[in-house]
Amino acid sequence: MAAQQRPLSPHLQVYRPQITTVMSIMHRATGVLLALGAFALMAWLVASAGDGESFACFQSVAGSPIGKIALFAFTAALVYHFLNGIRHLLWDVGWGFEIPRVYASGYVVLALTVIITAALAFVALNAGGAA
Amino acid sequence: MSLRDPLAQARGLGSAKDGVRHWWVQRLTAVALMLLVPWFVCLALGLIGADQFAVRATIGQPLNATLMLAFVFALFWHAQLGLQVVVEDYVHGWLEIALQIFIKFACVLAALASAIAIGRLAFSL
Repeated sequence: MAAQQRPLSPHLQVYRPQITTVMSIMHRATGVLLALGAFALMAWLVASAGDGESFACFQSVAGSPIGKIALFAFTAALVYHFLNGIRHLLWDVGWGFEIPRVYASGYVVLALTVIITAALAFVALNAGGAA
Repeated sequence: MSLRDPLAQARGLGSAKDGVRHWWVQRLTAVALMLLVPWFVCLALGLIGADQFAVRATIGQPLNATLMLAFVFALFWHAQLGLQVVVEDYVHGWLEIALQIFIKFACVLAALASAIAIGRLAFSL
């Protein structure tokens, strides 16, 4: 029996993006990115435990322009996923399900993400300079 | 008193055959990471620009080594559970099964490699 082409609902192409849906997919996207970051953390630990050559290799990769962009992306993703994760845990215990609260906590997470990420980047740029 | 529906007990743990375990462990590791991430961020910021000797000495301290071990285990467990759901939702067929196995192997290997590295720093003084 041939599968019928039935309309999908909700049809994402015509569905207006809302803070609820956008933040939900951002939680997933940052989660996938942070999984890659976890492997970068493993590389850092293994390089540190290895010889001087492996550590220098890690430092040159992390210190390259692409490495710095990746580290910044991991930082921003970590801050967002961390804060939005707390929002999810609060929902899990039953707090903040009312739509006004869902929107308010969403805006709080977005604002804090920008502030904390900027603060961490500021500290990082002023701390080492080398790495 | 159990809140479980008697019918659910009679029929087992549902179609996935592990009940709410995946959901629960995802939350449990999330709470662990909520506590460990601020510690890790402070540690990482303190090690920016540090040479290998300083990095080794810092991670090798017993308290730091313990927390780092807890952090990487919670991190890779949480990552595996999250990636599993993403793959379940968007990938289908044989590629789905292959990806799920690859993700599990990669996360376990990475967690073990991290543990070996941390152990080497903690025990080599």
